[in-house]
Amino acid sequence: MSILPPMVNIDQTDERLQQSQGLHGALTSFLRSVRAGDVGALPVVVGLLAIGTIFQTLNPVFLSSGNLVNLILDSCAVGIIALGIVCVLLVGQIDLSVGSVSGFSAAIVAVLFVRQDWNWVLAVLAACLVACAIGLLYWILLTRFGVPSFVASLSGLLTFLGLQLAILGDQGSVNLPFDSKLVSFAQLDFVPAWLSYVLAAVAALATFATGYETMVRRRRANLSTSSLNLLIIGSVALLVALEFLCWYLNQDRGVGWMVVFFVMLILALNYAITRTGWGRSLLAVGGNAEAARRSGIHVRNVYLSAFVLCSLLTCVGGILAAGRLASANLSSGTGDVNLNAIAAAVIGGTSLFGGRGSAFSALLGTLVISSIASGLTLLNLDSSYRFVITGLVLAIAVAIDSLARKSRASHGRA
Amino acid sequence: MDTATAPARTALLSLRGVNKSFGAVNALTDIDLDVSAGEVVAIVGDNGAGKSTLVKVLAGVHQANSGSISFDGSEVQIADPSAAIGLGIATVFQDLALCENLNVVENLFLGQELAPMRLDEVGMEVKSWELLRQLSAKIPTVRIPIASLSGGQRQTVAIARSLLGDPRVIILDEPTAALGVAQTAEVLDLIERLRQRGLGVVMISHNMEDVRAVADRIVVLRLGRNNGEFDAHTVSSENVVAAITGATDNVVTRRRDRLQDRATADSEPAGPVKEETR
Repeated sequence: MSILPPMVNIDQTDERLQQSQGLHGALTSFLRSVRAGDVGALPVVVGLLAIGTIFQTLNPVFLSSGNLVNLILDSCAVGIIALGIVCVLLVGQIDLSVGSVSGFSAAIVAVLFVRQDWNWVLAVLAACLVACAIGLLYWILLTRFGVPSFVASLSGLLTFLGLQLAILGDQGSVNLPFDSKLVSFAQLDFVPAWLSYVLAAVAALATFATGYETMVRRRRANLSTSSLNLLIIGSVALLVALEFLCWYLNQDRGVGWMVVFFVMLILALNYAITRTGWGRSLLAVGGNAEAARRSGIHVRNVYLSAFVLCSLLTCVGGILAAGRLASANLSSGTGDVNLNAIAAAVIGGTSLFGGRGSAFSALLGTLVISSIASGLTLLNLDSSYRFVITGLVLAIAVAIDSLARKSRASHGRA
Repeated sequence: MDTATAPARTALLSLRGVNKSFGAVNALTDIDLDVSAGEVVAIVGDNGAGKSTLVKVLAGVHQANSGSISFDGSEVQIADPSAAIGLGIATVFQDLALCENLNVVENLFLGQELAPMRLDEVGMEVKSWELLRQLSAKIPTVRIPIASLSGGQRQTVAIARSLLGDPRVIILDEPTAALGVAQTAEVLDLIERLRQRGLGVVMISHNMEDVRAVADRIVVLRLGRNNGEFDAHTVSSENVVAAITGATDNVVTRRRDRLQDRATADSEPAGPVKEETR
């Protein structure tokens, strides 16, 4: 210790460590990790830019305020389901039944609310309870009977589709009244312009505050810190980007409350994954379940929380999708909802192999998928193109995931 | 305080008549074991003697079929790994049981994070550096995934992790098997430091030199049964080997005799070729 210069931080004493400081250092270490296969959100951001450019050149309406407001509102329901998928993927499991469960949940709410005249809050709570029971069921099948979640949820896909058809009955469709809270929340409620600017500013300020607090705490503990300039630049860039987005959307109808709700869910899940012991245990179980067990983590409970959270978020997504359509019918949650949600999580960068991923991948992946859908609709191309192109994007995303995994392995980065 | 202190202490951890079977195979039969505070007990035995099974029973990975385990004077059940950790029994497994996708700090504090509702990353990082420094670990940064570390570095992380919860008994399964010369010496030093701190240490090893270097008592297992207990400071290697293999006339002594024969009388050919098990 005595031979070290006094100002060296305790985490930078090793001579083999490549030092990176300031802006230039941050950039070089970023490039280094990308080359080693730690690509993070880079491919999907590049993909979004490419999609935006292509569709905008083909049809100038694509990036108009009006279209973006719709596109973002359309993303919310599938995005929330994708959040649930992120939870199960992190522990190295899968839920293939999210489409059916979302449709089933929508049907429960619609039938209880419209046909049985329940209060809408009670109807939503009932659907949530059923969804939790579904997650519990998959968990029991996995941990008690050893049925892989892949198969358990595949049988769930059929079962809950059947139950959805059964409770919707002969008419097969229930319209939700337009003056109900469910529909107005999903279609009509927008944040007042001034409040949207305030929320954007709060978000940027919170980013700066948490970053600064970490920096101060690390410096006090004599650990290395990232540069203050970098933090300021990042926070200001975020502020400008968010304020511009709000301004642009406010040229049309603005930012929907459903969007705010979706973003809140992402932030909450992101906090839970990155800053709590529960999130750590999710990643540990996904990485090496036996090691996690020997560390004293109750692996079964972790699986339980992941499955239940997935089903619960799926239920919420399904109800919002019904609100957006103002109806729950036989086709709610069928078709591409299932695969879109899973594809969104994977395209956004959550690994299918477990142990790697983030809540933001649901947002990014959903934006990619919704953009493709919206762009092709504007070009008057039918769903045949949409399926083909979304399928190709998914294949590319999984290929990137696998290649990055191999590259990380050869660079010793897990 | 070397030889005289071994008896008369009350055991911190003691096993009586522990049995464990996997199907028709009795992996452990009537195992007795005592570990006192400030004592290093080495468990030796051939492959398949039940050493690793015994470790897993103590760590809560496997549950004993019958028999009693008492810790600090009262009888306990070790139902799962967290129960063992809760009692103060920490284990370093032979396969280390680390999560490769997580970094060093995350692995060290896995399952025992500081402030689990709002992780204290700074506190955990400082504590990690402290621990690693105590072990004179050669790890460049604690913010890289375990996948980037070498075998020896991983071993150090695993040992550091076991020390984190202030355990009272620490179990090391083949702690030096994957290590270089200098790191082996570091680990042996570390074991002695643990003893001085008053921890009970259970060490499993194939390496007689390491065992005799640090152990106070040597417990021999053979085919899942207790097969002798020796004072490590006085016993000869021959006696331990005899207990491990189950006979004074065993492959090790025959090999040694053969070599001696060869050295003394060149005319005499070596023993039967069949016996030349390396």
